[in-house]
Amino acid sequence: MKFDLVWLIPIFPLVGVLINGLLGRRIVEKNKSLVHWIACGAVGLSFLVTLLLFVKLLGLPAEERLYDFTWFSWISSGVFHVSVGYLIDPLSMFMCMFVTGVGFLIHVYSIGYMGHDESYSRFFTYLNLFMFSMITLVLADNFLLMFLGWEGVGLCSYLLISFWFTDLANAVAGKKAFVTNRVGDFFFAIGLLVMLTHLGAHGMWSLKFTDVFSHAQLLPPHLVTIVCLLFFLGCTAKSAQIPLYIWLPDAMAGPTPVSALIHAATMVTAGVYFVSRCNVLFTMSPFAMQVVAVVGALTAFFAATIALTQNDIKKVLAYSTVSQLGYMFLGLGVGAYAAGLFHVLTHSFFKALLFLCSGCVIHAMSGEQDMRNMGGLRKKMPVTFITMLIGTFAIAGIPGFSGFFSKDEILWQAYSSPQGSHLLWFIGVLAAVMTAFYMFRLIFMTFFNECRASEEVQHHIHEAPKSMTIPLMVLSVLSIFGGYLGVPEALGGANRVERFLEPVFGLGKDKLLQAAGGNPLIHRVVAETAEHPSFAPEYKLMVFTTCIVLAGIFASYMLYMRKRSVPETIAANNPSFYRLLLNKWYVDELYEKVFINPLRAFSIFLWKGIDVIVIDGLVNSTAAFFMECGEVCKVSESGYVQRYAVSFLVGVFVLIAYFVYVR
Amino acid sequence: MNHFSFPILSTLIFFPLLCAILLMFIRGEEGKNDELMRRIALVASVVEFLISLPLLKYFNDSVAGMQFVEFVPWVKSLSLNYFVGLDGISLWLVMLTTFFVPLCILCSWTYIKQKTKYFLIAMLFLETAMIGALVSLDMVVFYVFWEVMLIPMFLLIGVWGGERRIYSAVKFFLYTAAGSIFMLVAIIYLYYLSYKTNGVGSFNLLELYKLHIPIGPQLWLCAAFTVAFAIKVPLFPLHTWLPDAHVEAPTAGSVILAAILLKMGTYGFLRFSMPLFPYASHQFMPVIAFLAIAGIIYGALVAWAQPDMKKLVAYSSVSHLGYVMIGLFALNIEGIEGGIYQMLNHGVDTGALFLLVGMIYERRHTRLMDDFGGLAKVMPIFAIFLMIATLGSVAVPGTNSFVGEILILVGAFRTYPVVGVFAVSGMVFGVVYMLWMYQKVMFGPITVEANRTLPDLNRREIATMLPIAVLVFVMGIFPGMFLHKMDSSVKAFISQYQQNFSMYEAEASGNPVAVRLQGCKIAVDSHATSHGGVYSSGR
Repeated sequence: MKFDLVWLIPIFPLVGVLINGLLGRRIVEKNKSLVHWIACGAVGLSFLVTLLLFVKLLGLPAEERLYDFTWFSWISSGVFHVSVGYLIDPLSMFMCMFVTGVGFLIHVYSIGYMGHDESYSRFFTYLNLFMFSMITLVLADNFLLMFLGWEGVGLCSYLLISFWFTDLANAVAGKKAFVTNRVGDFFFAIGLLVMLTHLGAHGMWSLKFTDVFSHAQLLPPHLVTIVCLLFFLGCTAKSAQIPLYIWLPDAMAGPTPVSALIHAATMVTAGVYFVSRCNVLFTMSPFAMQVVAVVGALTAFFAATIALTQNDIKKVLAYSTVSQLGYMFLGLGVGAYAAGLFHVLTHSFFKALLFLCSGCVIHAMSGEQDMRNMGGLRKKMPVTFITMLIGTFAIAGIPGFSGFFSKDEILWQAYSSPQGSHLLWFIGVLAAVMTAFYMFRLIFMTFFNECRASEEVQHHIHEAPKSMTIPLMVLSVLSIFGGYLGVPEALGGANRVERFLEPVFGLGKDKLLQAAGGNPLIHRVVAETAEHPSFAPEYKLMVFTTCIVLAGIFASYMLYMRKRSVPETIAANNPSFYRLLLNKWYVDELYEKVFINPLRAFSIFLWKGIDVIVIDGLVNSTAAFFMECGEVCKVSESGYVQRYAVSFLVGVFVLIAYFVYVR
Repeated sequence: MNHFSFPILSTLIFFPLLCAILLMFIRGEEGKNDELMRRIALVASVVEFLISLPLLKYFNDSVAGMQFVEFVPWVKSLSLNYFVGLDGISLWLVMLTTFFVPLCILCSWTYIKQKTKYFLIAMLFLETAMIGALVSLDMVVFYVFWEVMLIPMFLLIGVWGGERRIYSAVKFFLYTAAGSIFMLVAIIYLYYLSYKTNGVGSFNLLELYKLHIPIGPQLWLCAAFTVAFAIKVPLFPLHTWLPDAHVEAPTAGSVILAAILLKMGTYGFLRFSMPLFPYASHQFMPVIAFLAIAGIIYGALVAWAQPDMKKLVAYSSVSHLGYVMIGLFALNIEGIEGGIYQMLNHGVDTGALFLLVGMIYERRHTRLMDDFGGLAKVMPIFAIFLMIATLGSVAVPGTNSFVGEILILVGAFRTYPVVGVFAVSGMVFGVVYMLWMYQKVMFGPITVEANRTLPDLNRREIATMLPIAVLVFVMGIFPGMFLHKMDSSVKAFISQYQQNFSMYEAEASGNPVAVRLQGCKIAVDSHATSHGGVYSSGR
């Protein structure tokens, strides 16, 4: 398969959108299964093409793994030219592989989950549109086309969160997601334009990744920092980091496959992808890197604290996603791009798995999401239980499961890399403990002990259909073995992920740029991987982290299996702190008070105060003024002959007086 | 060169008028022949659109100057000529006009129940005036069309409007006419100035481009034109006629107003005040940029506060037109092409929004968002179209407005980055009010009983919306088709502007030698362009 056929990857889902979007209703009337055949088939074909191209890419020597395919000119005016083009390199293929792969599995899962929904075709249309946007995002060869995907996934997220729009809360959640993302895009767009115009001042009017990165040295350092920070602010919205993470927990209002696909596995990792894609720029700005690392670590910690107290099964997973994304940014921030992306990969497996499992649980519980009303599902839903347990092991970082390798790699890099610090590492470890704790809390509350649901709900509990459980099994296999792609050298592995991505991040970078016709860039290279002095410290940290994670699990076991009154006692003894966590540190309320309400009040003031009274008042009073003038002058045109005669007389007297006295 | 001998522009101008006159002869008492007349008007406007299509085919995009030129002496003693022509700047606006009038007639099919005959006549008459204003190259001819436009619009609002129609119609008429008075004075002064300079007075726009206007008068003349156009745009704070006019106008009136009439203001800047008065325009740039920014943010915020959907869309126009102004005054190719493109986009998106609002108004006789909610359930097709229009309006990439906005922003960042940063904020506010509206109207449970049984769009309505919906995406994905045709004209516009500007600037800084040298150069250059671009292209 030629690389020139890369456009097929985004086109298949787009065709699916057109067919299901335009004819979906009629298709559903005739044959409902055709809808999901089209939708899943489209994504399946995308995955297949991706796989073929991926294999072809692997067949090339590392320094030749770059191909730029320009399809057609998109916007062209003056000096500004942007094409629709796709970039094939290890990073984009890496992303595209799991996006289409996990996307396909979730499409299949949706067949069962959404089977009874009346808007069946609409759901698959949106899902396919999302796949198109996401694929465009990761494959685009320039910033603007990537932005198309970037906004496109945001739009799909909006449409899918408010999918069940008859409930106003869902619609509000969707809007919140879109608006928050737009706030991020505002910064993103400014960063983009600043970068473009500054490069343009040096004659480099291009938004192509390869062009921009190979000319990055033209940008003055402070500008690189500004641009990176603006970009990163855009990423905090898309990838739900402090300060713009607030939309993600609310986004759980959407159907669960959506939460799994968009709000766990793929879309929210777009920010991580973008920072990695711009690694050249970020590497040039140590300060920006520092900010990324700190924000990542803080988010990992902060979201984990909130997850401790949530009772909604999906909310727990949502905050866990925020927290895990924080890990990824921590990895990027300390310069370990490959480790961050490795975590993107493993996270997409186990978090998609966890969400899909929670979907099965919710499905079985007739829509119940509160864990306090669950319990004892282990026996009734064995497949869901086992797969979810695997996912939990993976996210908690139990050795041998995928999450262990990726998380450990990030923590190690946070500890040892030049940009890292012990503090960042420590925050990461704290978050890891909490992760283990709340995830096992979820397992214990959902699957163990007695069932607390009502009789009627209990009666309906059943294992999910095949179309739902098979994706679970596939994902659980991936959640275990996905980690073996990147076993670190310390454990005798080859760290394949890092090797594969090296052309983009490491030494190969300069060669790639030269191959693309740019100047080699002098930037810091992760040199320490070449020469590893000793694995001893890495082992020590590994053991330490594992022990402390196990302690977290044990604590969870004690609190939620053995002494189940204790959590309530703790909560009762620290009411204010508990409320603070339960209410998510009141950040939503803060934003509402500080930004939204004043702005709303201000806009109403602008309308009723300024627009109607001042501006329009001026307009109308101008009119009224002339009207008054007319009214006054009207007196002289009364039409009464007597009055005219009187005015004649007055005139005569005035004239006489003038000639007599003045002259 | 263009060897088009058929007087296509005159046909475009006067064909609707002819049809309007034809309609006058059909008896229309008590709505007897309404259906027939609607059909005639629809066919007439569709034929008009078909007549305009050859413009695209025969438009030579490598020529910067005027094409399809027609020049007929009119009043010799005043050197007043009927002079029309088309270039890359006006081409798409003419197309937009001919595209929208059939849709407006379609959307009024059942909306207008009284005096249908006169409504249709007014629409066709309006089309004549709009196209005339867009293609005329003689100041007086332009002024006549410009003012004539007001009359049918005044009637549309005043006769077929809502409750406060008289107030709104009068306000619309007086406000715009008051601005135009200044322009009239300026046109006469220009004539006088050309008489003083050349010995022969001229209303010919292309002649006047070459006129050297001393800096003092130039500032005043530019101010006069600016007031007239700024009211039309409308530039903040001269916008208050707009919400009133929009809210009271019937759907077709709002659509035409938003899609075409507002563009007359921005087009006026581009065609008249900027090239005629480059120095003064440059002096006004900070003020206009500031007002445009204020309009972007202010319009968006006030839109957010509106309970009435139509008013919300009206205020959003203030915001969007602010973008256009920023693009035009960035004075580089990206900005101006983006500005022109955004004029088209705003026409398409806002036109669509007004059409859609009109459709549910026709069903429910209310436009208050609180009276709706949950409509997506009962009107799924309507929901799709409104979503498309919303996406276009908030400039989601892949839709038309995104292309316009990004070009405007690139242009703005090149010229005035700080202005650009403020302009980007419109991106956020736009989403806030548009999604606010969408959510309030379409989402949530159905709270009002009357909404439960609303019929979805019928075939006629779908036929009205479908071309627009397609256009939203075509213009977003293949903007090259449109931008390409503007290229030469815009490039020539900018180079001429810059040349003239630097001449005036040298003059202002008191460097007569440079002035004289520059002046010679310009005389030679413009002679060349007039040869290549204007007269020889005509008859």
